Amino acid sequence: MDKMPRWADVFLVPLISLTIAFLISGMVILGIGQNPVEAMRVMVTGALGSSYGWGYTLYYATNFMFTGLAVSVAFHASLFNIGCEGQATLGGLGVALVCLLIPWPHWSMALAAAMVASIAFGAAWAAIPAWLQAKRGSHIVITTIMFNFIAAALLNYILVNVLRPVGSMDPASARFPATTNLPELGAMLNAVGIPFAKGTPANISLLIALVCAVAVWVLLWHTKVGYEIRSFGKSQKAAQYAGINPVRITMVAMLISGGLAGMMAINTVQGEANRLLLNSVEGAGFIGIAVALMGRNHPFGVVLASLLFGFLYQGGAELALWTKIPRELITVIQGLVILFTGALDYMVRKPVEAMFVRFRGAR
Amino acid sequence: MNKPALQGAGGRQATAAPFAIELRGISKAFGPVQANRDINFAVPMGTIHGIIGENGAGKSTLMSILYGFYKADAGQIFINGKQTAIPDSQSAIRAGIGMVFQHFKLVQNFTVLENVILGAEDGALLATSLTKARKVLMNLSSEYELDVHPDALVEDLSVGHQQRVEILKALYRQADILILDEPTGVLTPEEADHLFRILRGLRDQGKTIMLITHKLREIMETTDNVSVMRRGTMVGTVKTAETDPAALAELMVGRKVLLEVAKGPATPGKVVLSVHDLRVRDEHGVERLKGVSFDIRAGEILGIAGVAGNGQSQLLEALGGIARATGQITLNGVELPLSGSGANGRARRAAGIAHVPEDRQALGLIMDFPAWENVAFGYHTSPEYQKNALILDNAAIKAETVAKMERYDVRPPIPGLSAKSFSGGNQQKIVVAREIDRNPDLLLIGQPTRGVDIGAIEFIHKQIVALRDAGKAILLVSVELDEIMSLSDRIAVMFDGHIMGTADPKTTDERALGLLMAGIAGEAA
Repeated sequence: MDKMPRWADVFLVPLISLTIAFLISGMVILGIGQNPVEAMRVMVTGALGSSYGWGYTLYYATNFMFTGLAVSVAFHASLFNIGCEGQATLGGLGVALVCLLIPWPHWSMALAAAMVASIAFGAAWAAIPAWLQAKRGSHIVITTIMFNFIAAALLNYILVNVLRPVGSMDPASARFPATTNLPELGAMLNAVGIPFAKGTPANISLLIALVCAVAVWVLLWHTKVGYEIRSFGKSQKAAQYAGINPVRITMVAMLISGGLAGMMAINTVQGEANRLLLNSVEGAGFIGIAVALMGRNHPFGVVLASLLFGFLYQGGAELALWTKIPRELITVIQGLVILFTGALDYMVRKPVEAMFVRFRGAR
Repeated sequence: MNKPALQGAGGRQATAAPFAIELRGISKAFGPVQANRDINFAVPMGTIHGIIGENGAGKSTLMSILYGFYKADAGQIFINGKQTAIPDSQSAIRAGIGMVFQHFKLVQNFTVLENVILGAEDGALLATSLTKARKVLMNLSSEYELDVHPDALVEDLSVGHQQRVEILKALYRQADILILDEPTGVLTPEEADHLFRILRGLRDQGKTIMLITHKLREIMETTDNVSVMRRGTMVGTVKTAETDPAALAELMVGRKVLLEVAKGPATPGKVVLSVHDLRVRDEHGVERLKGVSFDIRAGEILGIAGVAGNGQSQLLEALGGIARATGQITLNGVELPLSGSGANGRARRAAGIAHVPEDRQALGLIMDFPAWENVAFGYHTSPEYQKNALILDNAAIKAETVAKMERYDVRPPIPGLSAKSFSGGNQQKIVVAREIDRNPDLLLIGQPTRGVDIGAIEFIHKQIVALRDAGKAILLVSVELDEIMSLSDRIAVMFDGHIMGTADPKTTDERALGLLMAGIAGEAA
């Protein structure tokens, strides 16, 4: 018998954790002599109070959806992919090459090609640690972390020595041709008659991320491969008994994970910047871990958690802009949210479980 | 009923003396599960007292309360007539209680002496304790016929001797009450007999012994009194001399139980499985299966007897495609690959081998998956479970689970309940249903009734015999000699990776098998 109903597991526990995180954040803000209620108001109105704010919140959320899904898929195979940062970096390189080298007549073709390239590059970057894990037993946590550094160095080299336009001092690629620019979310919504601010970075990639979430759900719970990934993740010995090939599942799970992480680049590189920058991933690979944790490695949970972290990112930027609260405090708030929803999950879960058990016993 | 049920049933000693242990109204709940409910019973001093019950009846919980691992929700414990609180195991030891666990808690690369004083050192300097302990140990060892050398390394000792070290540990801590949890599971019949001799000797010196077991024969042979538990309650305490196995089994299960397996004579057909010179190395490169050869015919059960850890697991794993092997396995005249891509569980299933693994929780089931996902486990690539090339037909798997749960009487019949929420017996029924329903040419079945309650044992045995009667070949591996003797049509005994000999269950006896299990080739072959 499960200890508590599903709704409590999925919604009540994260909600309590979140409330505690925000309360402590409020105390920190109080501690530096600022008004926490005012801070909260700035964050909410800045991130959610206007369609302009939503445009940014959804843009960040899109990044986290891709990386959160990537971490989740690997996690179901009991593989801790900390390398989304590097895989997304390489995905960006793939997108840039496709957009710069081939003259695309229409954005939709450019998008399709960029998706293929970002998946291929991200997956390839995940394939090496996966192979080392499957064949040599090198721990995937260590190798994926190392591959983040290699990816950063590689991109640095390529931007400075290969892709930097002649005469530019900036370690960035040239601007992509206008035909590769993706439709903005605002423009798309306006086209169907929904008013939405123009000039925000949210773009069609959001829809692709949502489609990916559904696809991951189908993959994990309705396909043989997903069944094998989950079996392998729960018990490698049992998976072997069932005839599941451990090398194949490690590779498949990490390739899917790396591909999803790489796809983040269509949102940042192609959708927003329109060129390849040195640090276009901006830590989204690591946020993906927190998002997956909070979303309980379920695609729909990941989507919800991504929206929360999108809100924190955008709200945090507003906070730094309009109040005297320093930018670093946002990192504190994000850290507290990760701490309470991820690391200290049991602290909330156990009492809630006990409460439900007692309640059930009383009946 | 506040009075213990045993009042006046004094076993070997007069009842005027206080009870060594008396429990009054002990209750313990884990969440919604009431593991112990108002337990009252008493153990007279200087007796051997059996505690018997099905898995999940609450025996272990009760012993854990006695040894201070759990705190009872209600009730009192009296030791030697004095009410005693046992908040932790240190208090239990101070109260004179010693515990010998099913899985020994010994440091493998320490000597016997070092293990015995571990945690009971007198001071900071080891040498003084060691000298003192050596003397005590020698006395204890000879007094009770324990026959353990103080300077032997534990890792060099046989399982039976390791168990005696555990007993010595308790005696060194001056235990007057010794609790043994399923002590014979890992012993040969010979070693078990020796253990019981030791226990009787201890009793005659005035020690009180509590023996927890599910083997009715041991209860009948060894104990003075026996208490039966069922579903968290104590259903009765009787003098062993005044009861019999059938009555005890009925008390345990709550209904009449068929202890003998009803089966007709075998009608063996053609050879289904032929194994020749099969060898398996473990992950450390140690050869664990050292050249085993045998045949199994259609309509025949070959029982593999042996003390756990003598290569039976490796044999099952090689046949089931889990372990790499060398040699030859031929099924229905076709040689099966022993390593590489064709030697995996899926290929074996395709060839017609079904496998009920020894450790169902680690191998046979994904404990976090719901029952219906476990019903497809290993067969998830079968065509009837596919909706199309990509998508699994979850509805079909669920429908089949409902049907299997009905046919195999899995309780509760809820396909969505996770495997870990079922009792051991019902978990095993899920695995057996999955594997036997495939109608395999060869069924590998390891420890089919380990941790399974008596009611389910009867059912699983019937299924195995029915499959045999349907003309299939069955390889049965079990450490329970009773099970091997009653189910098998032929018996092979394994020792140290070899088959020591084969025997006909109709003409052999436990003594002959015991010799083979101990590695002494005898007349049984």
